[in-house]
Amino acid sequence: MNAIIFSAIWGIVMMFSGVFIKSKAVPKYLAILGIVLIFIANGIELNSGASFFSLDVHEMLRTGSFNLSFIAIALACTLVYFLLSGSDVEKVGPHVGEYFALIFFVLCGVALVATFNTLLLLFIGIEILSIPLYILTGSDKRNLRSNEAALKYFLMGAFSTGIMLMGIAFIYGGTPNASFFINNIQLGTGKMLVMIAVGMVMLLVAMSFKVSAAPFHFWTPDVYDGAPTVFTSFMSTIVKVAGFFAFVRLFENAFGSVQPQWQKLIVIITVATLLIGNVTAVFQQSVKRMLAYSSIAQAGFMLLALFALNQQAKEGLLLYSAAYSLATIGIFAVLIKMEDYTIDGFKGLAKQQPVLALTATVFLLSLTGIPLTAGFQSKFYMLMAAVENGNHFWLVIVAVLFAAISAYYYFRIIQAMYFKEASQDIVHTTEISTSFKITLVLVAILIIVLGVYPEFIIGWQYH
Amino acid sequence: MLGTYFTFPELMMWLPLVAGILCFFIKKESAVKTVAILASLGTLAVSVMSLFYSSPKFITYNNVNYYWLKYLGNSFNVGLDGTGRILTLLTAIAFPIIFIAIAKSSYKKASAFYGLMLLTQAGLMGVFCSVDALLFYFCWELALIPVYFLCSKWGGEKRIQTTFKFFVYTFTGSLLMLIGIIYVYLHTGPRVFEDGTHVLHSFALNAFYNANLNASEQNWLFWLFFVAFAIKMPVFPFHTWQPDTYDQSPTGVTMVLSGVMVKMGLFGVIRWLIPVFPLATIHFSHLVMILSIAGIIYASCIAIVQDNLKKLVAYSSIAHIGLMCASLFAMNEMSVQGVMLQMFNHGINIIGLWIVVEMVERQTGIKSISQLGGIASKAPVLTIMLVIIALANIALPLTNAFAGEFLMFSGLYRFNAWYAAFAGLGIILAAVYTLNMIQKIFYGDVNTITSSVKDIAWNEKLILGIIVCIIFIVGVYPQPLIELTKSAVENLVGKMN
Repeated sequence: MNAIIFSAIWGIVMMFSGVFIKSKAVPKYLAILGIVLIFIANGIELNSGASFFSLDVHEMLRTGSFNLSFIAIALACTLVYFLLSGSDVEKVGPHVGEYFALIFFVLCGVALVATFNTLLLLFIGIEILSIPLYILTGSDKRNLRSNEAALKYFLMGAFSTGIMLMGIAFIYGGTPNASFFINNIQLGTGKMLVMIAVGMVMLLVAMSFKVSAAPFHFWTPDVYDGAPTVFTSFMSTIVKVAGFFAFVRLFENAFGSVQPQWQKLIVIITVATLLIGNVTAVFQQSVKRMLAYSSIAQAGFMLLALFALNQQAKEGLLLYSAAYSLATIGIFAVLIKMEDYTIDGFKGLAKQQPVLALTATVFLLSLTGIPLTAGFQSKFYMLMAAVENGNHFWLVIVAVLFAAISAYYYFRIIQAMYFKEASQDIVHTTEISTSFKITLVLVAILIIVLGVYPEFIIGWQYH
Repeated sequence: MLGTYFTFPELMMWLPLVAGILCFFIKKESAVKTVAILASLGTLAVSVMSLFYSSPKFITYNNVNYYWLKYLGNSFNVGLDGTGRILTLLTAIAFPIIFIAIAKSSYKKASAFYGLMLLTQAGLMGVFCSVDALLFYFCWELALIPVYFLCSKWGGEKRIQTTFKFFVYTFTGSLLMLIGIIYVYLHTGPRVFEDGTHVLHSFALNAFYNANLNASEQNWLFWLFFVAFAIKMPVFPFHTWQPDTYDQSPTGVTMVLSGVMVKMGLFGVIRWLIPVFPLATIHFSHLVMILSIAGIIYASCIAIVQDNLKKLVAYSSIAHIGLMCASLFAMNEMSVQGVMLQMFNHGINIIGLWIVVEMVERQTGIKSISQLGGIASKAPVLTIMLVIIALANIALPLTNAFAGEFLMFSGLYRFNAWYAAFAGLGIILAAVYTLNMIQKIFYGDVNTITSSVKDIAWNEKLILGIIVCIIFIVGVYPQPLIELTKSAVENLVGKMN
């Protein structure tokens, strides 16, 4: 509740800051201040359950510690994102205040999809989350590819939203007492009503689109590649895991009791996502595009949470959100500094920028899932959840085989950085400041701390 | 002090770990070398000391348990048993030997090289000491990562592809094992910690031994674990990464890989495979033994026709490991005792062989056997040392390997005479390729390549001298090592009956 309202308010503050403050650097600090305030406000609510606003929402929002923990993770990751890449936002165009304002509106959507209790609010949350992203994707307006990406994203997004609304309508129609509440849907004991089943599949498709699960992923590489890199970083991490969180919450609360009826669909989507994400990533030459496919591949692993739907899956999802977001934001922050986005562009980075290379290695090892990093713990939880679920055991084997394939493309960057010589000096887009390096090192340490001591995130569940 | 603040396994892990991290921050090459050698000697001292405190009444010196990931039923639990002791001893002996042997070679970025080597040692110690499955898995992977960087950075021409092949092989294997670990974990009983915390399942070794698994579950879980271990050993047909990797790695790392790291696979089978899945072990023992024995003959035959010196040693290593794996699955006291002894001996002997190979290669720049010749007249000391080590490698009486192989063959014979006969072919073939190699490299005419070879320096004399001493001492009097592992062997064999 605190997070929803504060991020909306701060979005408006940021919007006006663009009008009244002429300096380009100020909005960044204002944004960092805002995110810290929202984080604290959310932390107070998480700790004591007290909200600053006593609105009667008629049970339409549910703020349990699980949901609020997720918001806290999303906010913390956004803070890391601002610290690492905030100054690069300034370089996208003249409207710095607006970019930050849009990001805060996205966060409002994130908080909504993390706490929704009715299909209506899910829809509103998804829309609030998506529309600013269409704008951010196209924010580099003189770049043709950015425009193309924005248009593509918008059209495809609108289409999937349409499907989602249709699905909601079917479910609403199929529920006798006409309610939007997700735990009120009439599932019956045997087979589902046709209307409900159709509605559910439509929701499944729409949500799969939002989290770029195959075969609904086709927009992802182009949009991620075309958008300004600094916004790709945000889109492919915080927004994506928020989509997952909504996906899992929706299917757990609304359709959890009939899981056997739809689990097979998830299995198919998971295998397809893992296959397409990992195999295609292997062939990419551009690191940015490779990371786009890697985000699809990681989505495949996160789908295991939806497949398993048990306690481990929920904890694992929190951990995965943090681990994946931190590592990906980190690697994108390094990528933004590079002039040449190809893997060859990373050759010899270890010699010229040892700190960047070392931290990037930690991020890549975490994405691969090497022990002592957060990435391992999150993958471990996902696998544990899937094994505990007991059905379709082969899916777990498939998942780890693809995880082994993922080592191939992540390690290509490590190989380029450490074992190959640069043909010429690496050109950086901006000066690499000491504070940037320190932040990178802190993020890398955080990833290792989470890898050794994941209670840090999961522990909240036990209090 | 000991037992209250520190225990042996902890010291053996932390010492190389701390020294390794320290190495990264030292700029001067000679200082790094000194730190590395001192740290590894310190580890050796701890390891030797731990041998004197092996009786059960010193349990507090040898076992420690910290809370770590408690809500999962895991803990940071390290301890030493017979198997762990002999392998930590091997690791502790191997590293100073390697460091002194390579002290003359200079590496670019020596600080990183020695730092990573020490981290590898810490990981290996962790593998041999962990008593919790998750900790074991952590160390298992962590021993691999520094090796990956070592081989890719300092290896030969084709190092990047070769090392990556090695990495992907082992990584895939260990991920499969991870699934196995998770599955067994979910079938263990509850764990109660000293502070009263109840957890549904447990990662403790004993809980794994008592996991509630029926025969059919064991049968497929067996393979999830076995593939990981088989890749590491390597057992035929999972060996294809090995010759290339040994060939391309810097020799110091090859010594670690072949001397110590392959023992991780055998150790895994001894501690985490056979006792956890006893039914499956009986069910598949013939299959595994046939694979291993096929590997012995196959690798020996390739070794005979091999012209690349490094690959020859690599294939000979596959043959030896194959014999150990086969004997392990014969599962009687004699064969397992032989394996325990041989794990140690093989580590010592193969490191000796690599030292000689490295010297030949460094001085001539040639790995091809057919181009070498006549080194004996140029380097008599080297030749004598090599001949002794090579004879140990083919298990001549009075050398250390004889004791081990004798026990293994008796055990194998008791299990199945045919297997013993076929595995015995390996010994004959080993004699063929080893003697052939000695003859071609060290005898014959001196040619232009070998005319400039000098005899070995003090550090190499010292190291080879120590290795030869170990070979003879263990060859004549293997009793202490047998005593050391006796209870572990009895436990293991007892579990199977």
